[in-house]
Amino acid sequence: MGNVGQQKTAEIRIEGVSKRFGDLWAVRDVSLQVKRGDFFTFLGPSGCGKTTLLRMIAGFVRPDEGNIYIDDERVNELPPWKREVGMVFQNFALWPHMSVFDNVAFGLRERKVAKGEVRERVKEVLTMVDLKGMGERRPSQLSGGQQQRVALARTLVVEPRGLLLDEPLSSLDARLRVQMRNELVRIQQEVGITTIYVTHDQEEALSLSTRIAVFERGEVVQEGTPQQVYEAPQERHVADFVGISNFLDGEVVDAEGEWVLVETREGGRQRVERRDLQEELSVVGAQVHISVRPESMRIVREDDKGEENQVAGKILRSTYLGSVLQYDVEVATGVVFKVNVSNPRQMGVLDSGAQVLLAYSPGDAVLLGTEGDPI
Amino acid sequence: MADRSTSLRSRMGKYDLPQSILFLLLIGLLSIFILYPILQVMYATFTQDGSPTLAHFFNFFERELFREALWNSLFAGLMAVLIGSLIGLPLAFFTVKYDFPGRSVVQTLGILPLVMPPFVGAIAMQLVLGRSGLVNLLLLRWFGATVPFMEGLTGVIIVQSLHYFPFILLNASAALANVDESLEAAGQNLGARGFRLFRKITLPLMMPGYAAGALLVFIKTVDDLGTPLMLNYTNMLAPQAYLRITNIGFEDKAGYVIATIMVLLSLLSLWIAMKHLARSEYATVQPSSSQAGPKRAMGWKLTGILCFCGLALAISLIPQIGIFLLSFAKVWSFSLLPQSYTLANYAEIFVQTPHFVWNTLLYCLLAAGIDVALGALIAYLLVRGRIPGKGLLDLIATLPLAIPGVVLAIGYLRVFHTLEIPLLGGSLTSSWFILVIAYSVRRLPYTLRSCHAAMLQIHESYEEAAMNLGASRRRTFFKIVLPLMVGGMVAGGVISFITSSVELSSTMMLVPKNEYGPLSFGIYVYMQSAVGRGPGACLGVVAILLVAAGTYGVNRIFRDGSGTAFKL
Repeated sequence: MGNVGQQKTAEIRIEGVSKRFGDLWAVRDVSLQVKRGDFFTFLGPSGCGKTTLLRMIAGFVRPDEGNIYIDDERVNELPPWKREVGMVFQNFALWPHMSVFDNVAFGLRERKVAKGEVRERVKEVLTMVDLKGMGERRPSQLSGGQQQRVALARTLVVEPRGLLLDEPLSSLDARLRVQMRNELVRIQQEVGITTIYVTHDQEEALSLSTRIAVFERGEVVQEGTPQQVYEAPQERHVADFVGISNFLDGEVVDAEGEWVLVETREGGRQRVERRDLQEELSVVGAQVHISVRPESMRIVREDDKGEENQVAGKILRSTYLGSVLQYDVEVATGVVFKVNVSNPRQMGVLDSGAQVLLAYSPGDAVLLGTEGDPI
Repeated sequence: MADRSTSLRSRMGKYDLPQSILFLLLIGLLSIFILYPILQVMYATFTQDGSPTLAHFFNFFERELFREALWNSLFAGLMAVLIGSLIGLPLAFFTVKYDFPGRSVVQTLGILPLVMPPFVGAIAMQLVLGRSGLVNLLLLRWFGATVPFMEGLTGVIIVQSLHYFPFILLNASAALANVDESLEAAGQNLGARGFRLFRKITLPLMMPGYAAGALLVFIKTVDDLGTPLMLNYTNMLAPQAYLRITNIGFEDKAGYVIATIMVLLSLLSLWIAMKHLARSEYATVQPSSSQAGPKRAMGWKLTGILCFCGLALAISLIPQIGIFLLSFAKVWSFSLLPQSYTLANYAEIFVQTPHFVWNTLLYCLLAAGIDVALGALIAYLLVRGRIPGKGLLDLIATLPLAIPGVVLAIGYLRVFHTLEIPLLGGSLTSSWFILVIAYSVRRLPYTLRSCHAAMLQIHESYEEAAMNLGASRRRTFFKIVLPLMVGGMVAGGVISFITSSVELSSTMMLVPKNEYGPLSFGIYVYMQSAVGRGPGACLGVVAILLVAAGTYGVNRIFRDGSGTAFKL
């Protein structure tokens, strides 16, 4: 069935779509293009509009403005049952009055597929999701992970043009979540179907997606590959939401040559590698944040600067996470930085209260504007 | 400006046409059979030859007889609530909070009085407490004196209290069972114990349930036409309205005025109870939070509980036993128990007058069918509809709860007696179908409630998943919503059926002719004569069996204990 799916799978285009509930903009002027075969993730905190946009693509919510295209066909007025984009719901929505088989067969029967073929195709898809022989069970007799697979099978069996996943892993426990994550990628690649995945979990987003759109208050604040979004966030919010970040606030004092020099409140002058993206920030007087990931910071004992930036601080506490030792370090302004020390065996655990220096290379720092800051 | 027009367009886009049409049809239907007749009663009350007047309304209060009727109805209603609370509240508290031998028997038998129409109970109570009933015969034998239990208003109040107290029992115990254990524990933790805990924490929390039960008792007491007529005490609102309309005719203004006053009384009590009902959400913290089981009762507590429950049950079961004996009695007069037994009474009702039973089955099944269809559709629109003003639909459909049967019947007689229906070959009120309509309307609130509760259980994503897989809204309704709702619909239908089968208030006024009469009417007719008491009792037994079977069925569907049918 993989090949069939691949030929049918669609491109989904969103152009200037807005939706307002009362005075609240649920989605505001969003434009995105999901290419054929993409695993595209809408990432953002709850209430950021990502689910609303997904439901608009499925046809359950009508946009106030803008257009939604599936394969160049404008679908704004098309009812949900004619869109042929399969959706997997957060709570799975398996019908309790039907067996697993009947649940999966529902879409085929709605399409008046012949009886024999229904049986064949249901069997095939149940095998694909590892649920062979479970057809006679009731949804309530299945574990969470199995229910998840049924929901996926029920959607895939009708060979939809696209797959919409609404936080599908959020109701599973942690271990199962990782397992299902891999399963999801395997099935998505096997079928080759264009997939939109909604989640608030940045780890899921980074590990699953080919592209990510980060949502904030109804708007897309950044779109790109997982690497772009993580390594080169364009706003403080993105850096903060996708992974953890430490921020130094300050003003650009020199922007000549390959470095941008910033006078920060937390640690005096800091150097940041100049990048193309940040042209408008690389001017003297610009208000900026410097974002540094916890894993990019090191703890050093003495002052041997060289090319590196340094910030002085005091250890508040340490958290042992097995592979990583995480320190909370209070810097001059009272802000607490997170610092990850990998392979903690090499260096003993530092006591709380110890005065330390945090060092990071200018290449690991990202310069961000103050525009999208929370007020 | 531009902004407004786009938002208007997108808002318009949300309403789909079939839903709107269905909505308007339902509003229209309910308006014709609920709103319009009642408004006509009001209109007749407050106009004279088309011009508005308050004269008729004030005339009511100038007549000694009517003032007395109003007072008697009010008094009977309040007394029934009071006595019902004295029996029902302790029973509720004991059965929910304590475990003791026979607890489940009390829970089951506690609703048995409801299984019998109150006017049937009236007959049975006369056999036991009446002038020549069992108790007075014994009193006469032992003390040479009798007590007029069943004379006048006292008799009415006794019958109604014993009949309706289960409403308080059921609603109060449901509320009590829902009171979260942790809330009581928190009270105990802060130092409240025993009666103080009950008064400060438990009682306020169960108040909404108790208020609902008390409201039902009051409304039903005021509405009850059968009991006063059976006991031949007509100086109350319902019998007065009945007598005015049937004896003087429906041009008589006094009948309408009484009907209006009954409606106002119902609405007033509803309004008072609403203040407590509105706080329902306080009763629970979380639906799933823990419930500690009942405590085992010991020592004097156990003795006290057993004595109380035994006595309460014994008294409330007297009517059932009385009717059962009477149905087999050849002669039962001036003796403690029947002198000889026979099956002739049953032969009479099944051979001579089988139409009473058949009519009941026919009318009540039809009414239940109509209620289920309307209830399911209205519930769907209320929960899923995207229509402005759907609250209005809810309001009109729930209105019959506060409209006495007598009043609805008077409205129907006024509105429909001139309405010729081609297929029926006469006016609507001369056809038996008027009874079906009256029953459906009277029971719609219960069926709607049941369907609505079932509908709320259906997560919207169930429907979205179906639509996402290619099922249209209509197919989704039939393939997903209806099957998931079916439990609530069947329960609602059974509730409608069993309560319609013992409905007397509107039946008495609307039965076009004798052979169209249902069971409840048959009982009334038979009980008019001494010879008819036997067959009447047999019909009573049939009614009891019907209602008992239905109640049992509903409880099987909702395995959540007794009496779902009688809760508000």
